[in-house]
Amino acid sequence: MRLIPQVTDACWQALNQVHDPEVPVLTVLDLGMIRGVDINADNEIVVRLTPTYSGCPATDMLKDEITNTFTERGLTPVKVVIDLSEAWTTDWMSEAGKQKLQEYGIAPPQGDSHSCGTHVALTDGVTCPHCRSQKTQLISEFGSTACKAFYKCLDCLEPFDYFKCI
Amino acid sequence: MNNQALTQFLLHVGDSQLILSHRLSEWCGHAPELEIDIALSNIGLDLLGQSRTVLSLAGQIEGLGRDEDKMAFLRTEREYRNLLLCEQPNGDFAQTIVRQWLMDQYHVLLLDALSQSSHLDIAAFGVKSLKEAKYHLRFSQAWMERLSLGTDEAHQKVQQALNELWRFTAELFELTTDEQALVDSGVLPKLNFLKDEWSAQIESELARFNLTLPEIGAYRRGAKQGVHTEHLGYILAELQYMQRAYPNMNW
Repeated sequence: MRLIPQVTDACWQALNQVHDPEVPVLTVLDLGMIRGVDINADNEIVVRLTPTYSGCPATDMLKDEITNTFTERGLTPVKVVIDLSEAWTTDWMSEAGKQKLQEYGIAPPQGDSHSCGTHVALTDGVTCPHCRSQKTQLISEFGSTACKAFYKCLDCLEPFDYFKCI
Repeated sequence: MNNQALTQFLLHVGDSQLILSHRLSEWCGHAPELEIDIALSNIGLDLLGQSRTVLSLAGQIEGLGRDEDKMAFLRTEREYRNLLLCEQPNGDFAQTIVRQWLMDQYHVLLLDALSQSSHLDIAAFGVKSLKEAKYHLRFSQAWMERLSLGTDEAHQKVQQALNELWRFTAELFELTTDEQALVDSGVLPKLNFLKDEWSAQIESELARFNLTLPEIGAYRRGAKQGVHTEHLGYILAELQYMQRAYPNMNW
């Protein structure tokens, strides 16, 4: 069932306030983690959330955070369900989200999942989020969280995280 | 559909991921370099997440009210269905990498096949986990190459690890009679056909790495009967300690 439009708007506004604890500059909407908001037969608001990585520890926190934010705004009763019907991809990340990442000092995914997914090796030359140089070097395919790899810039010499394209 | 057989099969997949994840977590703070420490922990975390999904699904299909935690913390050694390969000790870095590489090659083929399942939840699990498995394989494959084509000592250690672990590879992709019925109905893909593909890939890579296929063939089995090597009991003692000591505790 669908929600009435005013409630739907309020739900999406609420979701726009839920930030990823590991990348606090991004909301769940920036990350493209929300598959939909509906109402079920028991009159519960159902938010369908797609986790980014299977083992991402932020997923449980985000479920709680969404529940709290909805409850504070009187959007109750709310239920957050994990939706695995489609695998999350960085293609779902919003342009605004990519921009925010860059400003925050994390290089956003460059390309789409078809051209640079996990089947393609990471290469040097990811654009540095600090000085925009492309003279950068891969340090480690695994970074501070599952979603990132670690690079350093050979021009400004700053190390930086790259949000991997999957 | 034979729910009991499907539950057992999912436990086999999920338990293998859980136990391998636990082994990798033992490297946390001990790996030879910081980047490797982070990589092994990250891979372990992915595997843990994958096992949570599949153990939850096993519980739903079983229909006896067991959730992921009950599955992980309250089954005994004989009820665990993980591959014997996963529970083998970390050994030195070469042994960890060889074990990981054999498992990553296995996971990529297995998950790709599961992503074709007619069971939508299993297919979704396959698609999602496959992305992660391919990334893991890149890491272990690169280290296999680096070590085996590197110094004589590194090469020798990789060969030793391979000789030690090879006997546990017999049971990869094996199906029980009950599971074969699930293949016939399209719930499980034709997994037993993948063994030849896996062997061919491994053998061609070993040739590229100047490694030799161990003379003693693979022969150890037990995962699907719950007959384990002596190592699993120790892992479970650690993994299940809190829940056994303080029943029903929550974080």
